[in-house]
Formats: sequence, C-alpha cells, structure tokens
Amino acid sequence: MSTPGEYYQRDRTWHPPALTRNYKTSVSRSPQYALISLQNSVGEITGPVFGHGDIDPLDNDLLLNYAQPGESAIGERIIVHGRVLDENGHPVPNTLVEAWQANAGGRYRHKKDTYLAPIDANFGGCGRTLTDENGYYYFRTVKPGAYPWRNGVNDWRPAHVHMSIFGSGFAQRLITQCYFEGDPLIARCPIINTIPDRAAQGQLIAALDMNATIPLDSIAYKFDIVLRGRRSTLFENRLEGN
Amino acid sequence: MTQELSYLKETPSQTAGPYVHIGLAPGAAGFDIYKEELGWEIAGPNAGGERIRVEGVVVDGIGSPIKDVLLEAWQANSEGIYPHPESAGDVEEDFRGWGRVITDFETGEWAFESVKPGRTRGRNVGMQAPHIHLWLVARGINIGLHTRMYFEDEPEANAEDPVLNIVEWERRRSTLIAKRSERAEKIVYRFDIKLQGEDETVFFDV
Repeated sequence: MSTPGEYYQRDRTWHPPALTRNYKTSVSRSPQYALISLQNSVGEITGPVFGHGDIDPLDNDLLLNYAQPGESAIGERIIVHGRVLDENGHPVPNTLVEAWQANAGGRYRHKKDTYLAPIDANFGGCGRTLTDENGYYYFRTVKPGAYPWRNGVNDWRPAHVHMSIFGSGFAQRLITQCYFEGDPLIARCPIINTIPDRAAQGQLIAALDMNATIPLDSIAYKFDIVLRGRRSTLFENRLEGN
Repeated sequence: MTQELSYLKETPSQTAGPYVHIGLAPGAAGFDIYKEELGWEIAGPNAGGERIRVEGVVVDGIGSPIKDVLLEAWQANSEGIYPHPESAGDVEEDFRGWGRVITDFETGEWAFESVKPGRTRGRNVGMQAPHIHLWLVARGINIGLHTRMYFEDEPEANAEDPVLNIVEWERRRSTLIAKRSERAEKIVYRFDIKLQGEDETVFFDV
C-alpha cells in the first residue's frame, strides 16, 4: 500500500479562466500575471478537519432550519443529493459541504440584496452537512427562484444553489454552483458560460432523479461533486515531512 | 483507438458571488441560524507561540478595496504542525489552523487573530519559512485564488524558502511578505492583496 501523494494538477481548461469579459465583474478582479505553479508541500496536502461536533443534524434541512416551529419554507420542496468523489472515483468521506441559495422568489437573505421579491420569514437559505463514509450527502430545501442581476441590462440567473466543499487537502478547496436540469436560463447565463467547455458546464447541472423523490412530498435532483484526486507515490520521490 | 482512462473530471469552479456570507458567515449576511459559525477561532486559547493580528485589504484593478471578498486562512501551529493526520505531531487542543475572514462592508478592511506559525519542511529539500495560506473568493473571481503570506521579520528563513525562491522575479516576492508593526502592545502584520496592476500579488496554482 503506497502513501497517497500530491494532488493531480488542476485542469485549468476545464475551469473558468480568471478573465471572462461577459461576466463583467471579473474584468477588474482577475489577476493578469500567470499563476505560479507550486508542487504540493504539507500545507497543500493537509486541510481543516471537521466533525459532527461542529454542526447540528438539522443544518442540512433548509425547509426547517430557519423556520418557526410548525412552519416551513415556501416553495417547491426538493432534495439535492449526491456523492463527493475524487478524480480517481473514490468517495471523499466526512468532508464538509455547505450550501446557500435564494428563496423560491429569487431573493437572498442578505443585507446587501435589495431585489423586490419578498423575504420568506421561514427560510434562511443556508445549510451544511458532512459526507458519510461513502461520500454521500443530501440537503432538503426549496427550489431557488431565478432573479435578475446587474451585468447586462436584462441578465437573469438560472435557479442555482451555491456549494462549498473542502475535501481533505487545502488544494482541493472548491466553490461551485448547482443548476437544475431543464432550466432555459442556463444557456443564457454569463456565469455558467465562464466555463468554456460544454461538457464541463453539464457537470454543474443536477439531474432530475425520480428514483430519489419522496412521493407526495419532495422531488429530487442528483448532484455529484468531484474533487481533485491524488497520485500514488509508488514510483516517485516521497514527500519529506509526510 | 486506445483504451479509455477512467478518471473523473474535477467539478468546475464557479464564483462565490456577492452573497457568499449567507452560506459561510451568515451572521455577516444579517441573520443568526447556526449554533456556531465555523472559522472564527483559528488558534484557540491553548496555542503556543506569538499572538498576532493580521490585517489588510484586497484591492481590484481599479485600486478600490473589494468589500465582498471572503478569505480563508490555513496555517501550522508555532511548532510547524498542521492539525491534520498527514502532518506529523500533535497540535494544542482547540488549535484549528483554519479560519474565515470577511471584510468590513463599508471599507473592505479585514483582520484576523492567530499565532505566528512555525517553519515547515519543504516538499523535497530544505525548510519553508513561516507562512499562512490564504484562499480568496468573491464576486468576479471565477476560481478561488491561492496565495501565501510570509513574515517581514523572518528575513533569513524567507531567503531560504523554496516557494519564495521559485518566484522568478525577486521584486514580486515582496508581494507575499507582510509588514510588521506594534500597536497597543499587539503585534500586527499588514498584508494588502492586489488582484491586478503594479505589484499584483503572486497567486499560486497549487
């Protein structure tokens, strides 16, 4: 059994580049010089560790985690579920997944959001969970609404849930967005279109998953997440200090 | 035709957007939901070493502070040990080594308190100078940016640091070194990050 080594190089052509002119805010926020490539040392291979003492069991239930007793968030009841895997196809267990989203009307509970759709008194809009030993996670929530934003004069965000994932090493740290199958706004969205490759975009579109729905209760979407994989150190110099 | 490799592709990144606080720091978004938000205590009360405050702004290409940026810090303790099973040794109880840092929405100024980390071993040879990993996300940043903060008062360690030394342009290395001062009997390091322009901060593909 070999010790896992450094993470596979990130395929930067699969990710959005820093500068994407149709997403206007990126123009002044994108570094101009090339990134300096760094082979992993201990600080990139390690990362923060979380446990069940850090979160509450209800934290992944956005229908209830901000609702008054006996109340529930308004909107289409959905389950977003899937597995966190690495590029080798191995599950990533016990890793923290955090989610946040607008409410069913497309309004965020944030002091800086002034969209005219109303706040839902029973919906906070965030959740968090740890993957189980198979890398599995789920959230129960409402389907977020589309909303307009200032980019072009008439740009709309498709329904989406923001996702933050840790993995085991800080080099795996990732924030992404989960979109929903069949949404006609996806193809027009300047933010998903920062990703050049169509297949890569498709990796962010959760599939309607009728097998995971709860009949007469909630509909389900499957959203698997892939973090960077690690090479085996079998035929290379061992990292020192590990 | 050749055989197909069966590797999966990494999920592509998307911007954290302007409302990142809802998910990662809901108190800053304006509401209280969790029993405890994660990432507010990096070193904990038992950590050894010098207590420090780190502060700065993140500046865009126009020269304006970015008010909706969120940073995460990751560091070793004062002995150079990370709280992770793949880092040899034990850390003090409650030393997390990780924290979240948000800005003042009016000014863009951010700050966090921690302890100064120790030196860690380099990948193959030598020792790394004390440093804190920083990861930045914000509206307009399509994929999180990794950088490192080193310490001005470690000139010898910095001179030997294998990572600083792979930055070909010596003048750019200074963008990674925080300035030390003392204020009200506290050690303060100033670390401004520039996304573009003169003295653009070095960012890493880790």
